[in-house]
Parts: sequence; C-alpha cells; structure tokens
Amino acid sequence: MSDNVTAHSVVEPSSLTKRIAGILVVLYAIITMVPLGWIVLTGFKSPPDSISYPPKIVFDPTLEGYCNLFTTRSRQTAEYLASLPPPSGTCESIARARNLVVVSESKFVPRFWNSVVIAFGSTALAVFLGTLSAYGFSRFRVPLKDDLLFFILSTRMMPPIAVAIPIYLMYRELGLQDTKLGMILLYTAVNVSLAVWLLKGFIDEIPREYEEAAMIDGYSRLQAFRKVVLPQAVTGIAATAIFCLIFAWNEYAFAVLLTSGEAQTAPPFIPIIIGEGGQDWPAVAAGTTLFLVPIVIFTVLLRKHLLRGITFGAVRK
Amino acid sequence: MATIDVRDLNKTFGEFIAVRDSSFTVDDGQFVCLLGPSGCGKTTTLRMIAGLELPTSGSINLAGEDVTYKRASERDIAFVFQLFALYPHMNVRRNIEYPLRNIGMPKADIAKRVAEAARILRIGHLLDRSVSGLSSGDRQRVALGRAIVREPAAFMMDEPLGALDAEFRHLMCGELRTLHDRLKATTVYVTHDQLEAMSMADRIVVMNQGVIEQFGSPQEIYDRPATLFVAGFIGSPPMNFINFVGALARGQREIRVGDRSQPVPKLLEDRADGEHVLGVRPEHVRISDEGWLRGEVYGSEYLGTTQIVTIRTARGRIRARLPADSVVPRGRQVGLTLKPDKLSIFDGATGRAIRTALHEGGLLHG
Repeated sequence: MSDNVTAHSVVEPSSLTKRIAGILVVLYAIITMVPLGWIVLTGFKSPPDSISYPPKIVFDPTLEGYCNLFTTRSRQTAEYLASLPPPSGTCESIARARNLVVVSESKFVPRFWNSVVIAFGSTALAVFLGTLSAYGFSRFRVPLKDDLLFFILSTRMMPPIAVAIPIYLMYRELGLQDTKLGMILLYTAVNVSLAVWLLKGFIDEIPREYEEAAMIDGYSRLQAFRKVVLPQAVTGIAATAIFCLIFAWNEYAFAVLLTSGEAQTAPPFIPIIIGEGGQDWPAVAAGTTLFLVPIVIFTVLLRKHLLRGITFGAVRK
Repeated sequence: MATIDVRDLNKTFGEFIAVRDSSFTVDDGQFVCLLGPSGCGKTTTLRMIAGLELPTSGSINLAGEDVTYKRASERDIAFVFQLFALYPHMNVRRNIEYPLRNIGMPKADIAKRVAEAARILRIGHLLDRSVSGLSSGDRQRVALGRAIVREPAAFMMDEPLGALDAEFRHLMCGELRTLHDRLKATTVYVTHDQLEAMSMADRIVVMNQGVIEQFGSPQEIYDRPATLFVAGFIGSPPMNFINFVGALARGQREIRVGDRSQPVPKLLEDRADGEHVLGVRPEHVRISDEGWLRGEVYGSEYLGTTQIVTIRTARGRIRARLPADSVVPRGRQVGLTLKPDKLSIFDGATGRAIRTALHEGGLLHG
C-alpha cells in the first residue's frame, strides 16, 4: 500500500505509531518478565550460585532448590554416610554430596494444598454470593439500594490490614484462628464487595427481556435466572472469579497473622524456608515458581470466556 | 383462543400514573392495536395483560378466568418483544422449542410443532443457525416462531416491527396480518405508528397519558375521533382545528364561526355558550372562491398523487389535501370550503367530541 494513500487516514494509525506502540509493549513486557525470569532461573541454581556476586546468568542447573523445597535434611558425619547404602533418588544424591541425608518430606505440599482450598473455596463462595446479590440489586426494587451498594463498596475503602487486630481478637474468641474455614470466610468477606460491584455491572448489561421471555415461556424466575441469565453472565463471572482468586491466592498479611500451623497458606511459608547457613534462596525461588502455576492455569483456562462476547448480536441495540 | 377483558386498570409507579382507569375488551380472534405516543401507557398495559407488571388496581380476565395477579408463566400468553429477546446462547431451533421443553412435551411432538412453525414463517433453512448471525427480519420471524409454537390463548406484541427498516416493516405488516388471519389468534399489538395500526388492526385503542381516548375500528377512529387528541394524532397530516365561541343547540345544522356560518352535520347535543373547536380533515378542505374562510397560500408539499397545501388564515393555518396537478402558487389569496357532512365538533374545555349526525350514521352502519 502506498504511503500517500494511508498517510492521512483518521482511523488507521500510521505505521510509525504502530511501530512505537509495539516497541513500548515489548519493553513493558520485558520489564515485567525480568523478575519472574530471575525467580525461575534462581530455582535451578545451587545455593552458592544463587548468592554469588556478580550474579550468574550462566550456571550449572541443579534440582537442589526443588529438593530442598520438598524435603527436610540433616547433617551427618562422613563415617555415618559411608555406612549407608547407595543413594536411591535424585534428592538423596544431591543431599549426600553436601554431607546430608533426607529426613522427611517438608511442609510445602500441605501448605500449598491449604492455599488451594482457601483460595478456590473463598473465590467460589464470593462469586456465588456476589452473583445472587448482584442479580437482586440489578433486577429488584431493593429499599435503600444505593446506600446498601455504597456501604458494600465502602468496606474496600481502607486497607483490609487496618482491621487486622480486631479480626485477630474476634477469630481467637470464635476459635477460627488458624482454621481453613476462618481464612475462607475472611477472604470471602473481602472479595464479596468486589464481586457484587463487578457482577452488577455485567448483569445490568443483560437485557431484562430475556428473563421476561423465559417467564412468559413458562419458566419460574429462578429457572429463568439459571437457564437464561447465568449462561450470559459467564463472561462476567469468569472475570470476577479471576480477580477474587488472585487476591485470595496472593494474600500475605492476614495469612501471617492468623495462620501458623494447620491452616497456613503458601505465601507466609515460602519466604521463611531456611537452609544450611541461612535463607535457602533456590528453595524459595522454586516454591515461588510452583506457586505461580495454578493461577496461570486458571487464567489461561478462563481466558476464552474473558475474550468471547457471547451476547454480541443477539439484541439489536 | 380467548377473549381478553380489561376492567378499570390502574398502574402507578410512585407518583407517576402510567395507566388510569382503562377498560376494553378484545374479542376472541380479534387483532387489537394499542396506539399512542411514547409514554402513553400502552406498553405498560400490554405488560400487565402478559403478567410482567402487576396492576395497582383493576382486573384482567383471560378466557373467562381472572388472571390479574397470576404469574406470567401461569398465563397462556405469548409475548413478542421489540428487541426480539432471542436467547443468544441457543440456536434457532432451541429458541423456538424452548417454551415446549418446559412442559414436558414428547420430543417427536416438539419437532413436529417446530417444523410446522418454521414452515409457516418460512425459516426452515435457518433452524440450525446461531441467532447472532441472523438479519433483523429473520430474528423477528424466529421470535414469532417461539410465540406461535406454543399455540397460546393470546399473543402480546410490543412494537415487534420497531427495530426493522421502514421498507421491511411494511412487508412484515402484511405478513403479520396474513399470519393472524390464518391462526385466528387473539392478538394485542402495541405500536406508536398509526399506519401499522390502521393497516393491521380490527380495532384500535388510542391512549394518551395513561388514559384511553378512544376504542374503535380504524374507520371510526379516523372518521369520528372521540377527542381532540385522537383527531390531532391520527392522520398525516392530522385534522385541522378552527376555534369558535358560541352556544350549540340540538337539531342545529349550522354553526357560527365569528360572523360567518358553516353547515355541519346535525347536532345531537345542547351546549352552553363556550369555546368549541371545529375539526376538518385536510381532504375535506377545498379551494373555491365562495369559501367563507379566506387566507394566503403559504406553501405546499408534493406527495405524488396529492399535495398538502398550507393556507394561512385569520383562524390559524389550515392544511388542505389537493390533487397533485392543481396549481396553487405561494402567496395567492384563496377561499376555502369545508365539506359539511364530514366535520367534527369538539368541546374546547374537555376536548371531547360533540355528538352529531356523523355518530348516528356510525351507529347505523358501523
């Protein structure tokens, strides 16, 4: 295409603009990806490599970080080690090389599982409650509707940690301290306001005529909600679920304060993995890498819902 | 099929009165249009009949059964929405069969009914398409299919052609009326387009500001408007109005407009001295030198077979529908005669028509 034709087009950005935009996007992507890349690399370094200065870009990859993440080890004398049968697995061999033996599995797996249960549980609950309240606010004449919606929103106007002490005392009284149920309820309470507001916007966009048509067609309001409104709100529900999940998955402050054993989630556990001679950076990096995986999978799975405009064209606007 | 009887229906939204004391009856198999400007309460009335709104007071009777406070799903009524409201996550076939799936009809019967509806509406080739790819005319047909497949007691249609192009709307008007003649289904149809109402309806309910102004056949509404509002709303251009003051007596055959007299249909009512309005349709105005009403030609709109000529008179602007070939240059002084037996007279205070021989004729022939 010749330049003099497109040069003054108002709609189509010029090729120079496009090129600059492209460069900026790539730069931004690099800036955000560098720390992530560094974490992934550190997970495969040996402890000395991980703290060497200047930092090593090229190094001998090892699974030591992952082994240290999943196991606990103890130092033994050379005589004792010599008396043992040959090492049976990768982690055992790595440990022997440092005069260690694997004693037991670490707490990483149960902590990770706690995170999964608490984050997904609270997300499901928040989205469920949010969808129902958003539908109610969107469709019915609720007394004091605007005040209620503002009240719900106002719970997000301060940082949640501002109420940490009262919640700590309350949870101690109620016996919810260091329980999965307690953490699910807490994250649900924080997320439900976001869910109501986001979903109300999505449900407002769905024309009432669909439910009315379904009710005329002989369906009850609940059936109409389930069979006609929900399928069209899927996009909004998916987006809301991702936001809720990211919050609950990453939450650190309450997790540190309210959990210590049974219900401890991965975020407070990973940074305090201690190895021989202090912080075990490769193990921390390995834990962080694994910690990213579920949220990436969840987002990728729901991405097609986020992108697909399923109501497009069904109603002539 | 069923009769719909609406009695003293009222609906208020807070302070706003949407519908006031409305009563009318739709006979079995009739096609009735609710016609009026936007905000006149016609859609609210329709939604109350369908059960999508509950009345503040009054009653609605469907096929002899009081359904006033019944849920929409318990009334045997189909509704066609202006914006079609086809379920976007289902294809055409699923949309049409959706009302039948709920009542547990056997699959074979559902298929038969859908095929029959699709044949009537000529959308058989679209059944497995997604609704989002359809043209608005086809979507309208699918919406109609979803309505007729149930074989309901009555159809409610809320401006079903409002979203279509003008050209296509005309075509669908004809199709809808043909469909109605074939199904003989009681139908209530809401529109703000008088041409749609006039061309399709057996009877028309003209509404304004929540009140029924007139309920009658298209001819009655056009020839004998019951109120000034109807006279001014129906017809394009609408009726001309000439204000005059004076007493009216039963049996009188002419009225005095200022110091001139105008023959009118024989009056059947007495009226005390007061403000009145003489109404004349543009096609009943003729230009002639003996006319008592004189004025200056202001302009004309050419419409092909006729032209609308506007004349500025001492009694206001009068519009006349004249043959397209008559030459009426702008600025010419002309006299106007009004066809005596077609004139309407209204009470200036209440806006209601005063009974004349015109109405008696209506009763005899109507």
